[in-house]
Order: sequence, then structure tokens, then C-alpha cells
Amino acid sequence: MSVLVYVEQVEGKFKKSVFEAVSYAKAIADKTGTSLTAVSIGNVADNELQELGKYGAAKVLNVASAELKNFVNQAYAAVIAEAAQKEGAEIVVLSNSFSGKGLAPRVAVKLKAGLVDGAIELPQLDGGKFLVKKGAFSGKAFAVTELVSANKVIALNPNAFGVKESAVTASIEAFSPAVQPTDLTAIVKEIVRATDKVSLPDAELVVSAGRGLKGPENWGMIEELAGLLGAATACSKPVSDADWRPHSEHVGQTGIAISPNLYIAIGISGAIQHLAGVSSSKVIVVINKDPEAPFFKVADYGIVGDAFEVVPKLIEALKAHQA
Amino acid sequence: MKILVCISNVPDTTTKITFTNDNTQFNTAGVTFIVNPYDEIALSRAIELCAGGKGTVTVINVGESATEPTIRKALAIGADDAVRIDAAPRDAYFTAFQIAEYAKEGNFDMILTGRESIDYNGAQVAAMVGGFLDIPSVSIIKKLDYDGTTATLEREIEGGKEVVTVTGKFVASCAEGVAAPTIPTMRGIMSARSKPLVVVAAQPIEEVIKVVQFETPPARGTVKLIPAEEAANLISLLHTEAKVI
Repeated sequence: MSVLVYVEQVEGKFKKSVFEAVSYAKAIADKTGTSLTAVSIGNVADNELQELGKYGAAKVLNVASAELKNFVNQAYAAVIAEAAQKEGAEIVVLSNSFSGKGLAPRVAVKLKAGLVDGAIELPQLDGGKFLVKKGAFSGKAFAVTELVSANKVIALNPNAFGVKESAVTASIEAFSPAVQPTDLTAIVKEIVRATDKVSLPDAELVVSAGRGLKGPENWGMIEELAGLLGAATACSKPVSDADWRPHSEHVGQTGIAISPNLYIAIGISGAIQHLAGVSSSKVIVVINKDPEAPFFKVADYGIVGDAFEVVPKLIEALKAHQA
Repeated sequence: MKILVCISNVPDTTTKITFTNDNTQFNTAGVTFIVNPYDEIALSRAIELCAGGKGTVTVINVGESATEPTIRKALAIGADDAVRIDAAPRDAYFTAFQIAEYAKEGNFDMILTGRESIDYNGAQVAAMVGGFLDIPSVSIIKKLDYDGTTATLEREIEGGKEVVTVTGKFVASCAEGVAAPTIPTMRGIMSARSKPLVVVAAQPIEEVIKVVQFETPPARGTVKLIPAEEAANLISLLHTEAKVI
């Protein structure tokens, strides 16, 4: 019996959200008195796989097959399910990334398992019950869910658990699962990644702007502030609807729900639908010239002022702070 | 071409969320229910693909009779016919299984859902339907084109996009960008009343998960206001007090 964690690689490297998932899975393994095995799919060098030991993966199953180089939901789910069966793992952990959101449900079906997506805390083992908390109603509530199936799948939200070192030496084992050709009918034709940008869903810091910016030509200062902070940029729904910014930046109830350590909202009034998607942020800063903007009610820090005067001051202060 | 679009009956986005029965059930009193906004995007794209007699769009909902007004709204938007699986949608696994069981008999070229529902935010149903039917699924797509045999889909990934092609039957969950939600016309609303809505019994499946309790987030503290002329102080507060930069 063990816990299995799927470690998603991006161009042969693991991101912080993967180390969070490994740390989380290790904590579950400790709680349930078992060991932790990781499964990696794609071309990842041994020294990168060894990194997983730092966070508690005692064993790493390495699937380095050319036909599985790119993410194909169906095939990857089959590989993870086979790895779980091989290891006797009743609990499978993944990151709740874009790929994870597509993968975890298929793994759950393969293993006839209950799935908690977007878990935000460690499971509570309460009188024989296996309880996991997740966000619900677009950030307006939490649901404590019981996984009643023998097998269990958990997809962990980014920034929910943190990275916890638990040094072991990972033994790396080549794993060659039986992949059916029918599992490979979806073909990845092209991958376009903006390597110079911080990815929004798992960003620790986010600078977001709304209609108060008056037009897309005024985003330069937002980009500059985000660049200095090493933050991702985001926007409100009206801004993406007006095509000032891409839909992939829209945060809120019908956009991306995020949970960064810091969310800076500039020129966003804070409609209920927007707040739903950002209320899990640890610290919220609101800059708005309207003192009655509802966003101030949920902010930790606020500046009532014109964004075009305040943001340049913040940029100068940040440059001085970093000097 | 036949497209099946899965629609969820969800509380309106402005709903104040409260719970009853010792915080074990969502309080539906006074709540307006709508077609899940993401499912509307999927439905709009399906209608676009079938426009001009190219195909038919069936909407499916797993729900009790109270969801029929929402199903009629989907018919008003432009779906040709509807199916309601007569059961409370107890969780995504149950819901996806019911949809897959129905779809097995329907010979649909594609099955579309929204990326997630705005109540349980599971983002699970599309991939689970794919799993139950053992056909490809692509989650969180931003674009969908179809030439009659092959679909070209743009999937969102962290910091970018991926272009995927699928030949044959598939499932996809749709996000913003796939289509603009369609506003029902008066003609659509009138014709929705006479479009077929079939009710089908649910199939048994084991329970794998259940919600034991809901919680509401703790209230945040009061805001610390910084005068605009002292905006620079915010940086030091974020560094020394909040410790986030």
C-alpha cells in the first residue's frame, strides 16, 4: 500500500506546484502510515527526478516513452491508473493544473474512485471517514467532502499547501505501461508558451486591473508593476469582454479562480462575481478612486486614489525597495 | 452531425450563498436558477456548428423536474431537443455516468460541456464522460473547429495554449473564447415550448463521494487605508507587515 503522486513536467522540469503536490502526498502518506511513490511521464532527466526525493518521494516511476512525450489525457490517465494498481496505491494525488483538471476525473473513473478537485487542506481522518475540504460556489463557500470509495483521487490547488522538505533519496525505476493505440487518438499539434510571463493560475503574486484603466493602451504601468514584483497580470471580466486583455487573464466567477499570496486590484470595483474568484487570496490590495467601491470591504490594504497617480508611485517605491 | 451539450442548473451569479439543515444543504429558498454560464458557451458553439441544417443539438441535464425551466431556456437559445435524466445530480461521478449511459445509444459526434459549473466548480464531468465512454476528452478549451470528421481544439495551458486534433467521437469542456453566449430571441422562446423534452430514468451506480458539510469563508478584517500621497508606504507594509513581497 502506498500513496501515488503524479508529477507533471513542463519541458522536462517540475514547477513549484508539483513540489507542493509531492509535499501534500507525503503528508498523507505519513498520516496513513505508508510510503510515497511518484509517477513521471515524459522526458525528464534523472537529476530532476531526484529532486522529488527532497519532498518525500521514496520511489519514482519514470515513463520515458516517445509516444507519451506530449500530454494526452486518455493515455496519461491509463498510465497513472496502471501505476496506482502496480504500487497498490489507494490514494492518488495530482496538481489541480489545467492538465490535472482533465486528468484527475479520468483517473477517478479508471479506479472507480471519488475525486476531490481543488483540495485546499490535508485530509482529515475522522472516525474512519476520509474528509477533504475544497472551495465551492466559486469561492463563496467551502465543501467538506467524504471520499467513500476504496480508491481516492485528490487534485491539490496551487498555493494551498506550500512546499515542505522531507529529504529522502528517491529510487528511480523505469516503468513501461501498456498504452493502447486507441488511447492516443488525440494528437498535440502545437504548444505555444509565453516563457517570459508568470503563469496566472499558480502565481504567488497577481496584479490585476479593470475598467478604471480606461483602455488597453494604459496597461504598460500594470505590466511594469507586475514585472518588478515577478507577478502575473490579470483583469476583470469587462476588460476581457472588451478585448483589452486576453480571456486567459480574466479572473472571477466565470474566469479563473485564483488563490495567490498577494492580489493587487487596480481600478476594479469588486462585483460579487469578481470577488468570488479572488477571495481566497491571502492578502488583497485595492486601488480605486471610488471610496465606496465594494472591493474595499474585503481588502486588507486600500488606497483611495487615481490609478494613474498611485501606480507610478508604487513602481518608484518598488524600484527603491529593490535597489 | 449530432452534438450533445450537457447543461447544469446553477444559482444565478449574484446569489448570496447560504446553507440549511445544519450546513449540509444549499439553501435554494428565493434563489433564481440559470443555465450554467460556461455551458451556455458550449451550447452556443454547438448551435453555430450545426447552423444551416448541418446537424442537431441535443441538451441533456441530470436533474429533478424543477430544472425544466432551465432546460427550456437552453431550447430557447437554440437547442433542437432535450433530455432530462430524472435524478438529483448527487455528484460529478454520478452525473457523468448518467450522461455517458444516455450517450452510448445516441451516436453523438461530440459531447460538449462548460469548463465547470459555478456551484460545485468540479470541472470533472466532461473528462469523466470521456472516461466512462472510453473516448478522448479535452478539458478547458478556448477554441473549437470541426470539419465533419476532425476537430481542432485549442486547450488552455499554464502560460499559453496547446492545439489538439481529434478524429472521431470526443468530449470537450468549453471556456471563454469558444463562442459568445447566445441571447434567446422571442421566436426562440416561443418555439422552446413545443420542442421535445424527454425524461429518462437514472441508472444505478455506486456512491464514491458525498458532501458532509458546507462552510462559509471567515469574514476578512477591516481594510487598512493608506493616503494616496503616501502610496509608497504600501510597498514597505507588504514587505514588513504582510510579508508577501
